[in-house]
Amino acid sequence: MAAAMPLALLVLLLLGRRGWCLAEPPRDSLREELVITPLPSGDVAATFQFRTRWDSELQREGDTDHYFLRYAVLPREVVCTENLTPWKKLLPCSSKAGLSVLLKADRLFHTSYHSQAVHIRPVCRNARCTSISWELRQTLSVVFDAFITGQGKKDWSLFRMFSRTLTEPCPLASESRVYVDITNYNQDNETLEVNPPPTTTYQDVILGTRKIYAIYDLLDTAMINNSRNLNIQLKWKRPPENEAPPVPFLHAQRYVSGYGLQKGELSTLLYNTHPYRAFPVLLLDTVPWYLRLYVHTLTITSKGKENKPSYIHYQPAQDRLQPHLLEMLIQLPANSVTKVSIQFERALLKWTEYTPDPNHGFYVSPSVLSALVPSVVAAKPVDWEESPLFNSLFPVSDGSNYFVRLYTEPLLVNLPTPDFSMPYNVICLTCTVVAVCYGSFYNLLTRTFHIEEPRTGGLAKRLANLIRRARGVPPL
Amino acid sequence: MGLLSDPVRRRALARLVLRLNAPLCVLSYVAGIAWFLALVFPPLTQRTYMSENAMGSTMVEEQFAGGDRARAFARDFAAHRKKSGALPVAWLERTMRSVGLEVYTQSFSRKLPFPDETHERYVLGEWGVPGPRAHLGGRGLGWVSPWRVSWGQEAQWEGKSLVGIGGLEKGGLQRPTTVTLRSPPPYCIQMVSGTNVYGILRAPRAASTESLVLTVPCGSDSTNSQAVGLLLALAAHFRGQIYWAKDIIFLVTEHDLLGTEAWLEAYHDVNVTGMQSSPLQGRAGAIQAAVALELSSDVVTSLDVAVEGLNGQLPNLDLLNLFQTFCQKGGLLCTLQGKLQPQDWTSLDGPLQGLQTLLLMVLRQASGRPHGSHGLFLRYRVEALTLRGINSFRQYKYDLVAVGKALEGMFRKLNHLLERLHQSFFLYLLPALSRFVSIGLYMPAAGFLLLVLGLKALELWMQLHEAEVGVEEPGGAPGPSVPLPPSQGVGLASLVAPLLISQAMGLALYVLPVLGQHVATQHFPVAEAEAVVLTLLAIYAAGLALPHNTHRPLSCRVVSTQAPDRGWMALKLVALIYLALQLGCIALTNFSLGFLLATTMVPAAALAKPHGPRTLYAALLVLTSPAATLLGSLFLWRELQEAPLSLAEGWQLFLAALAQGVLEHHTYGALLFPLLSLGLYPCWLLFWNVLFWK
Repeated sequence: MAAAMPLALLVLLLLGRRGWCLAEPPRDSLREELVITPLPSGDVAATFQFRTRWDSELQREGDTDHYFLRYAVLPREVVCTENLTPWKKLLPCSSKAGLSVLLKADRLFHTSYHSQAVHIRPVCRNARCTSISWELRQTLSVVFDAFITGQGKKDWSLFRMFSRTLTEPCPLASESRVYVDITNYNQDNETLEVNPPPTTTYQDVILGTRKIYAIYDLLDTAMINNSRNLNIQLKWKRPPENEAPPVPFLHAQRYVSGYGLQKGELSTLLYNTHPYRAFPVLLLDTVPWYLRLYVHTLTITSKGKENKPSYIHYQPAQDRLQPHLLEMLIQLPANSVTKVSIQFERALLKWTEYTPDPNHGFYVSPSVLSALVPSVVAAKPVDWEESPLFNSLFPVSDGSNYFVRLYTEPLLVNLPTPDFSMPYNVICLTCTVVAVCYGSFYNLLTRTFHIEEPRTGGLAKRLANLIRRARGVPPL
Repeated sequence: MGLLSDPVRRRALARLVLRLNAPLCVLSYVAGIAWFLALVFPPLTQRTYMSENAMGSTMVEEQFAGGDRARAFARDFAAHRKKSGALPVAWLERTMRSVGLEVYTQSFSRKLPFPDETHERYVLGEWGVPGPRAHLGGRGLGWVSPWRVSWGQEAQWEGKSLVGIGGLEKGGLQRPTTVTLRSPPPYCIQMVSGTNVYGILRAPRAASTESLVLTVPCGSDSTNSQAVGLLLALAAHFRGQIYWAKDIIFLVTEHDLLGTEAWLEAYHDVNVTGMQSSPLQGRAGAIQAAVALELSSDVVTSLDVAVEGLNGQLPNLDLLNLFQTFCQKGGLLCTLQGKLQPQDWTSLDGPLQGLQTLLLMVLRQASGRPHGSHGLFLRYRVEALTLRGINSFRQYKYDLVAVGKALEGMFRKLNHLLERLHQSFFLYLLPALSRFVSIGLYMPAAGFLLLVLGLKALELWMQLHEAEVGVEEPGGAPGPSVPLPPSQGVGLASLVAPLLISQAMGLALYVLPVLGQHVATQHFPVAEAEAVVLTLLAIYAAGLALPHNTHRPLSCRVVSTQAPDRGWMALKLVALIYLALQLGCIALTNFSLGFLLATTMVPAAALAKPHGPRTLYAALLVLTSPAATLLGSLFLWRELQEAPLSLAEGWQLFLAALAQGVLEHHTYGALLFPLLSLGLYPCWLLFWNVLFWK
């Protein structure tokens, strides 16, 4: 579930919800922020967000035609510096100033989780939406691991994480902030100490729970000028125990069951760990055509009972043209595990269709879960433009729910694979065998048999008969 | 085809086959055996080589230095295990979490078809009282006790004259004592339940699509603590490394293979053997390879590797090559079948020593049982092998660091794998760790043996044919005359009864022992396991008595026809073809079993006829029946291990093996028992029937 997602370039052609459209959004502006979230396991998550907006001459023409909506996914992409470098070049300050100086490849790829994204969308510039701006939002999330990067230590600083400190804001930025999650895990006392002490804090409801953030504003000249650089340090007052991390309300797991190369089953487990609230989940599955799904085997069970989805959209695959598309709206009962499973048969590909490493297996893209998850704490509707950028990652609809989109892990499925050193031999051998069999059978079938009377003549025979008579044996 | 469609040439060929049949058969049989023996000599046995490019040329440097940590973990584990009397699940969870793994547990339970006498199982009884079962307790006949030296313990012997410490002294060579107390057990012994603990090391920045497994099976006795210690120390070391591309699953299973089977079934979400287990909470994609570790001492003198899996399946040869590479790199002493590697292959000594190893491998593979928990992974196409640490009286010892380094190296190279292991051989025989015989070279041995059956069948067919022709046309006119339908009909009808009866016997042999154990325990003073074994033997022996009663009414009709021999000839023909077919199929999937059965069954099958020295034939047939083959294999196996058996011990081991065979069929899906009872035993009965044809 917490697997690193491959780089997904998500092009949002649709306008966001109405609330997102401001009358007059700032033009040519850059907002950048870094959110640092220390986790009780000793790991620390860092999320960068950069938002750039610029005016566009393009006019918006009515509603987007859904016919042009496309969804594509590349299930296998290993992120490396080749993905990071062009991504950094999109930033107005590149990696010269501001928060982006922290984006050092050798540290960012020394992490246990890496997720990098580019979102682009048009934003209405006025209420009637006659002119638009374009918004480019770049996010990068990494999780530094206490065991690998931290060598067992659980106290972090910017320098320990990125081997850099912050020295100046990006001159183009209208806002440049660092948020540190200092929420108390226990009610009684503070668990985390940040140094230097923050000047202001920010409270909000994120993912349904109340969070407190310390804010460091790089545009605040006093912040950096005191020591010429800013190196935020995190120190656990009480070292967190080795306990299982808190479980989110919605998580999912996907796997292939069965063995052998003929059949299999795709199973998705959807966990709703909320103690008393049920909520619906939209499950989107795209399965490559070479896994031939048996739709009649689609079963959805929760708590041992069949769970009938309220909506199913299925688009069958066409060989070599289009994958299966399966979309379902499933109600997840409170505190339950829902299993969605569907059987498939592995197709035999044409021998030129195999990848260069066919024995590695073929990737199946992750399922996508979209859900409105109930919050523990009711959130107030906020002004999107004023609140921090990370707030809009998990948009709240009506205060009691928040929106989550989850991607399960991609799957690796083995297809029946010929031994590619053999085809030539096999073809030759089979052709020979077939030719020999066919030839002789044809010979037998087309030949007419008739009994031939032994000829009386023949010198050899006469001689033989003479000898035989001498021996006293009946003649031929 | 031309040969067959031309009547003249066909007759010539037929005459050749008929006249030279006996010498050809003998020649073919001898050729088969000779070919097999020749497999250990260098032109037929080849040096192993690494085929997988990803594991071959890349260098890894092993940095594992957690020997002290491993020993400390092992001590703690052993102490906790002793205290709780079972697998210390909570301690394992805590420790795995503290070294930074994602930890999950899985509980399972399995109702055995009858109590397993070879393993002490900690059983949760009907009253919820967990407790170890006294091993030499009041139940059962004396032959229960030596079952302790089951086939699982064979790795304790090594080299030429070293007798290791192991199960042998514990209970193996005691005189069988008859215990008369036969009260019913106070708790339900047949229910085995336990908990597996596994921790997943998530590869950084990867999507959990592939994984490797390091597993330690823990039995009920206090062995394998050091293996758990080393597993934990390795996990701690691996966790601090950045280079992993595949997730690594560290699995500790309870109840040896039962736990492994439960975990594997749950991981693949299938139910093959009727195991009840809780679903797994955490998974890590497709498992690419697995290594099982068995270590019971802080120092080892050598590492033994076991490759034979369930139903004779073998892992890809590259995995073994990988192990051997790191044996050489680390200077470890590595053995195969407990035998050291011969150095000199040019003289006769090396090949002869290789022959011993090869025979041991053939016997083990033929048994079809998983020799270590790796054997169960093979069903799911996960390449796996078991490493066993042996501590014998040798001078030079290696500590856990050396073993750990070998394992680290193996895992790092497996981590480099781009594709599943597929480049090297899947079907091979091993006369030594660095020598192998590929399938193309060993198959002719089985082929020659099966040719005997083919030749015999051809002879019978021709004789039958000629008898018919002879009856109808005494002159022997040329031309392919089709046998007349009525005469053939009589021949076939007489075959139906023996075929059906022998198959029914096989079915009874397969079904009745387990089904009828309760009836047997109620009426006879025996325990369930004994009841099963004794019923097995009883039905087996009853099969021998049957043919006298069955074919008499039929034989009258056969005798009344003009060719009195036709009845048994037709029956023998069918039996020969049936046997050849079965042996051929078995040899393709499990060469060792096929070859072993062919070696023993073929001569008797070829000779069986109701004339001549019948007692001799009968003795031969009995001596080569599947059960006798099993008994003989046990003696041969112990002889090769340089721990010869006395007759009484052999008999007890035989009984134990029978029970184990049935049990393994039910618990793991081993196919040897159904194969013998449903396939080969009925077929063998047909020959018995032929022999006593009247």
